[in-house]
Amino acid sequence: MPAVQETVDQVRRIDVDQYKYGFETIIESDKAPKGLNEDTVRFISEKKNEPAWMLEWRLEAFRRWLTMREPTWARVDYPKIDYQDYYYYSAPKKKPALNSLDEVDPEILRTYEKLGIPLREQEMLAGVVRPEGERRVAVDAVFDSVSVATTFQAELKKSGVIFMPISEALREHPDLVKKYIGSVVPVTDNFFATLNSAVFSDGSFVYVPPGVRCPMELSTYFRINEKDTGQFERTLIIADKGSYVSYLEGCTAPMRDEHQLHAAVVELVALEDAEIKYSTVQNWYPGDAEGKGGIFNFVTKRGDCREKNSKISWTQVETGSAITWKYPSCILRGDNSRGEFYSIAISNGRQQVDSGTKMIHLGKNTTSRIISKGIAAGKSQNTYRGLVSAHRKASNARNFTNCDSLLVGDKCGAHTVPYLEAKNSSAVFEHEATTSKISEDMLFYCRQRGLSAEEATALVVNGFVKDVLQQLPMEFAVEAQKLISISLEGSVG
Amino acid sequence: MNAEVRQIRTVAEQGLLDSYLASKAKLPGAGDVMALREAAFKVFEQQGLPHRRIEEWKYTDLRAVMRDSKPLALPPDAKAKSRAKDAGQWLAAVGARRIVFVDGVFAPDLSDLSALEKGLTIGSLADALAKADPHVLKILGRASPAKDDPAVTLNTAFMGDGAVIRVADSAVIDKPLHLAFVTSGDKAVSIFARSLVMIGKGAKATLIESHEGPAGIEYQVNHALELSVGDEAQFDHIKIAHEGDKAIHVGTLIADIGAKARIGDFTFTTGGAVVRNQIFMRLGGQETNANISGASLLRARQHADNTLVIDHAVPHCTSRETFKSVVDDEARSVFQGKIIVRPDAQKTDGKMATHALLLSEGAEADAKPELEIFADDVVCGHGATAGALDEDLLFYLKARGIPPKEAEALLIQAFIGAAVETIANEALREALMSEAERWLAARG
Amino acid sequence: MSLLQIKNLHVEIDGKKILNGLDLTIEKGTVHAIMGPNGSGKSTLAYVLAGKADYEVTEGDVLLDGRSILDMAPDERAAKGLFLAFQYPVEIPGVATMTFLRTAVNAQRKKRGEGEYSTPDFLKKVREAAAKLEIDPDMLKRSVNVGFSGGEKKRAEILQMTMFEPRLAVLDETDSGLDIDALKVVSEGVNRLRSPERAFLVITHYQRLLDHIVPDVVHVMSRGRIVKTGGKELALELEARGYAQYAEAAE
Repeated sequence: MPAVQETVDQVRRIDVDQYKYGFETIIESDKAPKGLNEDTVRFISEKKNEPAWMLEWRLEAFRRWLTMREPTWARVDYPKIDYQDYYYYSAPKKKPALNSLDEVDPEILRTYEKLGIPLREQEMLAGVVRPEGERRVAVDAVFDSVSVATTFQAELKKSGVIFMPISEALREHPDLVKKYIGSVVPVTDNFFATLNSAVFSDGSFVYVPPGVRCPMELSTYFRINEKDTGQFERTLIIADKGSYVSYLEGCTAPMRDEHQLHAAVVELVALEDAEIKYSTVQNWYPGDAEGKGGIFNFVTKRGDCREKNSKISWTQVETGSAITWKYPSCILRGDNSRGEFYSIAISNGRQQVDSGTKMIHLGKNTTSRIISKGIAAGKSQNTYRGLVSAHRKASNARNFTNCDSLLVGDKCGAHTVPYLEAKNSSAVFEHEATTSKISEDMLFYCRQRGLSAEEATALVVNGFVKDVLQQLPMEFAVEAQKLISISLEGSVG
Repeated sequence: MNAEVRQIRTVAEQGLLDSYLASKAKLPGAGDVMALREAAFKVFEQQGLPHRRIEEWKYTDLRAVMRDSKPLALPPDAKAKSRAKDAGQWLAAVGARRIVFVDGVFAPDLSDLSALEKGLTIGSLADALAKADPHVLKILGRASPAKDDPAVTLNTAFMGDGAVIRVADSAVIDKPLHLAFVTSGDKAVSIFARSLVMIGKGAKATLIESHEGPAGIEYQVNHALELSVGDEAQFDHIKIAHEGDKAIHVGTLIADIGAKARIGDFTFTTGGAVVRNQIFMRLGGQETNANISGASLLRARQHADNTLVIDHAVPHCTSRETFKSVVDDEARSVFQGKIIVRPDAQKTDGKMATHALLLSEGAEADAKPELEIFADDVVCGHGATAGALDEDLLFYLKARGIPPKEAEALLIQAFIGAAVETIANEALREALMSEAERWLAARG
Repeated sequence: MSLLQIKNLHVEIDGKKILNGLDLTIEKGTVHAIMGPNGSGKSTLAYVLAGKADYEVTEGDVLLDGRSILDMAPDERAAKGLFLAFQYPVEIPGVATMTFLRTAVNAQRKKRGEGEYSTPDFLKKVREAAAKLEIDPDMLKRSVNVGFSGGEKKRAEILQMTMFEPRLAVLDETDSGLDIDALKVVSEGVNRLRSPERAFLVITHYQRLLDHIVPDVVHVMSRGRIVKTGGKELALELEARGYAQYAEAAE
């Protein structure tokens, strides 16, 4: 069999059926009744002991949502979602407050352990001494809709960094939350974001005070566990003047035959001279090879470079979900601000990805950079959709976009839909895109050097995505690289 | 939820509906032609004019732009013809065979129909429709890869006259054909013209299509050209949108190309208030090579949109798309290009580039170069840039003693020239470059 | 047992016959050169030995250590000690040369049931070998062959060969695109690897490479067959008299 044919066959058999995060954890949980109405919204708000204004905010969103229609412009095709057929709140039953990891349900901890999530505070608590100088990661673990454990809180507190579940922040720092929530993604922004505004149950909240460089990586792991559960987390990160924070996000879900719904909102605010680096490794269950099951992932992520010299950088490695609808964006409002988007999107089986970014240049001398690498295999459809716009007053706006697609096999599709809107003559936009397949010559060369077909494919693909991998923090880069190899690993007979 | 409710009709939409009902009996053709019109009209009735929520019309919102619809132009009288007699003459140096359409109507008396080359026939669409010419009816609106396009739909409902040109198999027509469309009058009218061009197997021809009209008059032109090109044919098409400064022009090329053909297509836009040039090209035979380019020079509040869909339906075809626009004052250029590679179209080689030069603070350029790829063994790419003139180059020229305006003009000419270069016919290249120079001179 | 035996090899590509009954036997410790005009099938032979797809063997066999390799995948052949230095080495963007070398060496060792190299040992070995080939250590960090000059590519091929320690190395037009200094460096690299356990098949159009890598046996190839075999002096004769006389011999 010719080398390439073999590779194609292997990749066709890819690993969607071997999703290694597809286990389910049996724990008792506390759920809102199925379906969505004002009572559901009230139930969630009450469960969270939220202030009255928050309930009002949610209700307003809910009423607005009722008048909205699901967007249809993306190149994704899925059966109609019955929004009344989901649970909008599911929380592990637990004691009212957690003071340490000891109080977390051991089943949940075991889940995170299986996922390889560095809840290293466990070790800290157990007195394990970590080597000097090792980079540490503070973790907020969100199980279904609820944050179950946030590590390193005490140490972060010392430097003034607030890192806690948003439900807790609403009680402890209501003014901060009130000031910023919905200020980047307004309640009325879009169908999914508005839905999230009504029913979000938890997520992470980060505030980095002026001049503080966050002493460690902050991380949230999201896990959807319960059946028929929608997960609607809301993340809000504020980097005050001159501060820096790097935030990582990981996602997994069990294998289920039914589709699960995920509609998150992430808002980032960078004030003067501040920098936020946001990295995602998204590995929600993609469904099986025939497209049964899998997560519907409709996510609104937006960063606001609100003041001058601020910077927001998105890096994403997307390998999971049946449907991905996601455009992490930057509003470059402050003069001299900078936005970046680095993305690897791998689709396989029957996955459908419609993802990209928006770079909205409003301030003077703003710059943005987009590097997108799409890899389509199996019968998947992989679309990059991106907008770069420079408004009237955005003099000297600069954008560079590079957007490459790789096709593995002849049953998949790779699409590129960029929008460039220059409304300012001093703007300079450069955009380049290519689509190609893995070169047979490259594979043969690697195989002559002793690599198997699948090793050769993985090597070439890793080379293809290297520019993006380099943007990830070290721990994530290794994990991402493995994930890429796994998703391209065949069941070689 | 009220989104299902039909939007209220705009004045222009209502005007078109009224105009159709009032005039359909007078439009050429009965039977099958009328059925075609009625079907198209029904679609228009449901959809209305295209607007910004229709993805393909995102940047050219015809519903907003067309404040009203103009009455259908009357057949030209002697006065109109006399005003139109110089139509397209600025291209005289090209030495083309001029075929004139006044207010959308074929004017044989103004056209050069003498000594037609062997294998070339030229006729009027209105005649063909009236006579129910079976050859014309067989192809009209049938091969269209643009069936759902609202501009074409409207054209089908209203089409009056236009050219029917046939080049027989293996015929080589050296003298370019020039379809000169001119709006003659001093009244705001609307014109719907439709042309059919069939290039036979192994034939060779060049077709120029120019559109012009009076300044200061808000006339509306909708022209659609259906083109079929046989295997191994060589065909060049140059469209020049040179309309008056208040005109709305929507022109569509619908092309179906055979195997081993060579296609050159160029769209040159300098005139019109709102211009939409559409190309829907299907490469339906293997080993065909298509080179599709264009240049726009825009000023004041002009809006020019080049939208193309190149459909690689079969393997082993090559296409190159290069579009350039120069945008001054508060003008706006739009480019939307889509390369589709169908599942079996392996070994497709498609490359698209669009570049916009923004000359003033208020100028705007929007680009959407799209790839839609369903085959794996392909090499496709696109590039897009937007920006001002290169300061370093300007400085270099100024340092050599060239005054700023001239330096700018030189760079703009070079920018446009790189696109115009792709036109095979030398005289035509020169004519267009002279036109660009005139445009630059008028910049002041 | 001979290291390599090619018996009556017939090969087609897209239905076109390229090799027409080629016979060749190579013993351990020897250097064979194949010379021939363009289009005689030299590069095809190299690719068929390495197992490139699209080449159809219609008749004959290729034995390495007495076992047919025609059913083996390219990587299995590589693990058995067959190395091909490409005439046109392929560029692999984003994959650092050092990473590539380590991945490939370990993949081969794994297939042979040998343990992986420890990283420091491996780095040291690569750096030493690179220094001898006058390869800038920075080049090892760059993507495989990307942006390398012609000479750098060929030296990188020899570096790979050095690391893999193959039993049979096929050098396909390794001299093409090299200036005289680079030719020397590359030839010395090859000569250092000559050993009683290893054999070389040097494919070249010109005799000048054979001044530096002196062969034990020289074959003339024409129209897909070996038409003459002799000692190293045969190469000189070819240089002087050209290939024309052998065209008829192949008829």
